[in-house]
Amino acid sequence: MKKVYVNEDWCLACHLCEFYCAAANSGADSMIKAFRDGKKPVPRIQVEEGSEVNFAVQCRHCDEHPCVKGCIAGALSVSDEGVVSCDENKCVGCGTCILSCPYGCIVPDEEAHVIRKCDLCVKNHNGAPACVEGCPNNAIVFEER
Amino acid sequence: MNYVIIGNSAAAIGTVAGIREFDSTGNITIISDEKYHTYSRPLISYWLEGRVSEKNMMYRPADFYEKNGVTPVLGRKVTKIDPQKKCVVLEDGLQVQYDKLMVATGSKPFVPPMNGLENVHYHTFMDFDSAKAIKSEVKDGMKVLIIGAGLIGLKAAEALAANGAKITVVDMADRILPSILDNRAGVKMQKYIESHGVKFILGTSAEEFTERTARLKNGVSVDFDMLIVAVGVRPNTELVADAGGKVDRGIITDMTQKTSLDDVYAAGDCTVSYDASSDTNRILALLPNAYMQGEVAGRNMAGREFRYVNAIPMNAIGFFGLHIISAGSYDGEEYVEETENTYKKLVFRENRLVGYILIGDVKRAGIYTSMIKERIDLGDVDIELLKEKPQMMMFGKARRLEKLGGITK
Repeated sequence: MKKVYVNEDWCLACHLCEFYCAAANSGADSMIKAFRDGKKPVPRIQVEEGSEVNFAVQCRHCDEHPCVKGCIAGALSVSDEGVVSCDENKCVGCGTCILSCPYGCIVPDEEAHVIRKCDLCVKNHNGAPACVEGCPNNAIVFEER
Repeated sequence: MNYVIIGNSAAAIGTVAGIREFDSTGNITIISDEKYHTYSRPLISYWLEGRVSEKNMMYRPADFYEKNGVTPVLGRKVTKIDPQKKCVVLEDGLQVQYDKLMVATGSKPFVPPMNGLENVHYHTFMDFDSAKAIKSEVKDGMKVLIIGAGLIGLKAAEALAANGAKITVVDMADRILPSILDNRAGVKMQKYIESHGVKFILGTSAEEFTERTARLKNGVSVDFDMLIVAVGVRPNTELVADAGGKVDRGIITDMTQKTSLDDVYAAGDCTVSYDASSDTNRILALLPNAYMQGEVAGRNMAGREFRYVNAIPMNAIGFFGLHIISAGSYDGEEYVEETENTYKKLVFRENRLVGYILIGDVKRAGIYTSMIKERIDLGDVDIELLKEKPQMMMFGKARRLEKLGGITK
């Protein structure tokens, strides 16, 4: 299965991936509309900055998916293709998936009382990972490994 | 192959998933004394609060049984396991044959003997029907007395506060949420919950109940319109014990989730688990644990060989918008940071992270959880970054490549 991978030697810590991710998943059809009027859509990708390297982290869509197994609401599920996604209508924001994810890839949306997570943009209008398309330095790739 | 599962909650559903990974054709029968399609027990407080609809109580989609070839037998109680005849007997006499049996019977509310309680109308808070019974009686401004300041009592308190009830919580312990918090965090959460109108009377218990009043051992009397007993839960072990299976406080299983009875497995809140963070055997009544034990059992019932290891106590819960995530053991060297709205405690032992408590800022807590479960030696970990916040940056490049890059050497 194709997944998003990061090359930490190339990441500039520009955080553009976070903005592309947030915009693509905001329901708005453009970056401008997504952030208009002080809106702060939550990105599902997070850049860690270090003294020597930087890298972005997002859902690994891992085979173990402890988030899905631990979800108390049955809101998280894994598709036949292996994409882990969240039914935000069912999510109650309890945080059991945040407790369970070994990569720290599930993000709370405090205002909406739900969690947000990467679903490889399969559900939004972008259709392919927006973080990858938006990365100016090819530090994030979408490929089979 | 005939698989029979007693129970219809997380451990049972995990068992179905585990079986179906390796056996797509065997017959699976789920028998439950509850009449509902599989639903989420932990969501009853959210439902009572009004945040979750009855439809969204469903733990799996409506077509789950059909898609997984499961025959549900609902609203009927199993009264006996006959390990010689390899069948279970229902209260109406029906016998169901099994080749492999899963006991996922969960737990029941523990109501200790209390003077006068037998003459008082009270509730427990454990399943959907108990939540519905409370909902049908609660009214705005009603005085509710909750006995028990643990997870169940306080989730009930939060949900009832949303219904306009005035709540008093009494607990014999001198602090709240002792199963997941230390003293300091308990005090912090208590103050926060009190700021939302819940009153606590701690370090005492009920001396006697009369119809609308509880007289406490410290001399205080508390009037109530509704009484909820949430002192604790006890595993449902009787079926296995009566069949001659090994039972302690919970059902004893090996690491494959098999009980001491041939072809009989058990998973979830009814069992005793091995806690890898404290090296002890204990009841780990947690939904993720139940599901994953069930899954391992299911795979083994389908003829494979899997072991359930690395179980630890862990909890994610919130009260009135303030989140708590905690895991592992609190026995060791401590590192604590506290602000007005947050609390962070990390516990170290034998050069490993063995436990933590986070209140307020719980982001990325699972990175800590994985370090406990995987028993990561801190030799290769940047301790300052570890203390700062959960982050992948604290690990060496090799672990990052493996975890994030999908590359293993």
